[in-house]
Formats: sequence, structure tokens, C-alpha cells
Amino acid sequence: MALAVGCRARPGKAGDNKTGSWRVFKPVFDHEKCSKCGMCQTLCPEGCIHETNEGFFDPDYAYCKGCGLCAVECPKNAIEMKQEEK
Amino acid sequence: MMQMTEGSHAVAEAVRLCRPQVISAYPITPQTHIVEALADFVANCKLDAEYITVDSELSALSACVGASAAGSRTYSATTSQGLALMNEVCFNAAGMRLPIVMSIANRAMGAPLSIWNDMQDSISMRDAGWLQFYSEDNQEATDLHFIAYKVAEDHSIQLPALVCFDGFILSHTYEPVDILSQDDADRYLPKFAPAERLDAADPISFGMYATPEYYLEFRYEMDRAQKRAKEVIAKAGKEFGTLFGRDYSALIEGYKIEDAETAIVAMGSICGTVKDAIDEMRADGKKVGLVKIRVFRPFPTEEIAKMLAHVKRVAVLDKNISLGSKGATALEVRDALYGTDGVSVKGYVLGLGGRDVRKRDIKAIVSLCEKGVGDQFYGLRQEVL
Repeated sequence: MALAVGCRARPGKAGDNKTGSWRVFKPVFDHEKCSKCGMCQTLCPEGCIHETNEGFFDPDYAYCKGCGLCAVECPKNAIEMKQEEK
Repeated sequence: MMQMTEGSHAVAEAVRLCRPQVISAYPITPQTHIVEALADFVANCKLDAEYITVDSELSALSACVGASAAGSRTYSATTSQGLALMNEVCFNAAGMRLPIVMSIANRAMGAPLSIWNDMQDSISMRDAGWLQFYSEDNQEATDLHFIAYKVAEDHSIQLPALVCFDGFILSHTYEPVDILSQDDADRYLPKFAPAERLDAADPISFGMYATPEYYLEFRYEMDRAQKRAKEVIAKAGKEFGTLFGRDYSALIEGYKIEDAETAIVAMGSICGTVKDAIDEMRADGKKVGLVKIRVFRPFPTEEIAKMLAHVKRVAVLDKNISLGSKGATALEVRDALYGTDGVSVKGYVLGLGGRDVRKRDIKAIVSLCEKGVGDQFYGLRQEVL
């Protein structure tokens, strides 16, 4: 996004704001351990986890803020939070 | 037309000629006569503007922020505690890049309460992002309002501007002032054409939210606009000179500085006293000169370094003090001359809270500077300490 003079902005959608940069810990999904229960997608407060064609789940890192709720609740411990270097 | 008039009324005339569409201000000594005169112009149809009466300076500048964002040329005036009360709005007005012009009749900051002159009020606002102009006399205070609007509204700048002049010393003093005709003023200052404005049919928000990935860059862009303003001020000042014979293209002015060994650096009405003192010291064989700072923001660092490169010593007069440090001008002049060999810079804090500064004081400061004594308050009454 290019800077607008005076931080002036036209009305937009929340989706225009990529919140992925807020993240400190990044959830890494291990499809080997995943039972495809979909708990992560149900609980994600950002609504950024989607189902793949194979029935697994992946986050959209452009929006994932790294809250870690999915990793805590995953019944198979298939999600690991890894510190991200930027 | 030349008129014998009070400084405040000359400024009010200049503001009227700039055709502000919205004025909001709260009366405070010694600014009161300006806003009284403007209220009178509006009430008597001599100025077609909305005059918004408010409960405080905070509200006054807030009203100006809204009006400016809506696309109006806006004006306010204040001093001292009034400016301090506007503080958070001042930062927002600059961050939103709104070209509000505000007059400051410079006055000391309380406590203790003082209604008299120094420059602590506007100097304390130096970091907010506003352009800052300082006037030596009422003619300059009057003319700088036209230039302030022209520069502030330039699309490459879009920053608010303070036009400062010493409270009472200028604001309440009668001097002959050449006031432009409305035709001349209109020729110099066209209608305000904002780059963007609030419009219900095409909604936009000003001064939105910046995450850590963006905030630093916003401040950088404001700093770049400040620095670009040097050229825009030079151009606007030159055009004023071409049209009306008074050239304000220089951010600083030298007086007998070319062959000076000791230079005085000062701002505001004190410069007149300094010039008289210099004339007398020159008659006694002392090579003294003056550098008058007209534009404090953007600070004319390179211009000062160039003008002072040849002198032996510099005495900087500050009608302000960053308590626990030094006067603001002394610090910045020393920064400008850092790395210039053989120039000693000494600061003198003086004239606070309306203490008179006379020719003999200027001469005494030059003597102190010659002895290498400085970075101190000048004129303290030891008997009360």
C-alpha cells in the first residue's frame, strides 16, 4: 500500500487490511498428524483457515495474527507455533 | 495603503484580506484584539466567513481541523496556555496535513502566570509539524500571513503554519503598516483549492490508523514536506517581493554580517534593538553583525552555516529555555555550525516573561561572548535569588 498524504483513506473492507504482519508466532500445520476434524477452522477468530481439496486445513498467512488458539485446541497437536523472523 | 495601526489590527486586516472561510478562536491576552477585530468584520459583513465561537482553544483548533478537512480556508489565533491547550490538536492538524494558519502573539508560559512576552509558547510547539514564521515588526507580521497561507496550501507541502509575533511588543504597538488592497491580496493568494476534502458524496477519512509498518514513513513524509517548504517559502516570498516590493524569499536575513567577527543570532522584535546596538558598536569599531531567523520551522540549518562560516564567535539570543538543557535556537545554531572550524557558539537566555532587553544588554552580551562566557541566563537579578 502506498502512503496517502495525511493518512487519508477512502472507505474500504476489513479484508483490505492484511493483518498477517501482526504475527509473532506462526502456526505450522502438520498434515501427517491431522485428522481433518476442522476444529481449527471452527475456532479461528480471524476466519482465515480454509479447507484444502484433500480435506486438510491451512491458514491464510496474509491475515493470520498468530493468536495460537488453533494450536492449543487441535486434538491431534498437529499445529505448532513457531517464532517468525521478519 | 499605509496605515498607522496597532499590530493586532494590522494582522486582523491581513487575515481578512486572505479571505478565510472559517475562523474559530478563543480570546486570550495578548491575542484578543485580533479575534475581536475579526469578529467585528464578520458581524459587519466586511468578511464573508463563518465565525465559530467555542468554549476553549482545544475546541477552537478542533473546529478548524474539521473545517479545513471539509475544504475551507481556516484561521485561528492564540498564545501561551491557549496554544498549550491546543497541543494534541496541533499534532493532529499537521499529521492530517491541513493547511490551517494560526497567529501567535508570543507570551510566556505559566506557572508563574505571566501575560508578558517571550517565545516559550510557540517554541514548545516546534516538534508538532507546523511551519513557524517569526516577525521583527508589524509589517512583517502582517505580510507573513499571506505567505503562510500560500506555502501551507501548496499541494507539495500541505502543512499548517504558525505566524508568530511578540505579544504586546508588536501586538499592542502602533506602527505604520502598508496593508494590501483586496485586489492585490487576491492576485497573490488565489482561492483555497484543497488536494482532498471531506465530501459526503465521495467519502474519505483523514488521519487514519497507521500500524508500526507505516507510522515511521508517515513521519518521514512530514519531515520531507517541511524541508521542501524551504524552496516553496523562497518562491512565495520572492513573488510577494516582486508584486509588493517587500521580499521575504530569505529564511534568514543578515545585517552587517559580511565582515562581522561577532555574530548575534536572534528572532522576533528583539532584532530591531540588536540592529541599533550593532550600529553603535560599529561606531566604536566593533565588527558585530546579526543573523535574523525568520523561519524557525523548517530550520534553516544550511543557510545559517553558510552565513556564519566566516565569523569568530556567535551569540545566540533565546527568549525560551528548554529547562534542564539550553535555549532552542542556541542548540540548533550550534548543530548547524558543528564541524565548522574556529566558530564558538554561546547561548544566552534572556527576556523571559517580558523582561526588557535594551541596547546595553546586547552590548553586554557581545562583551561576554568575546570573553568566551555564555550558555547561561542573561540579566538575572542576583539580589532575589
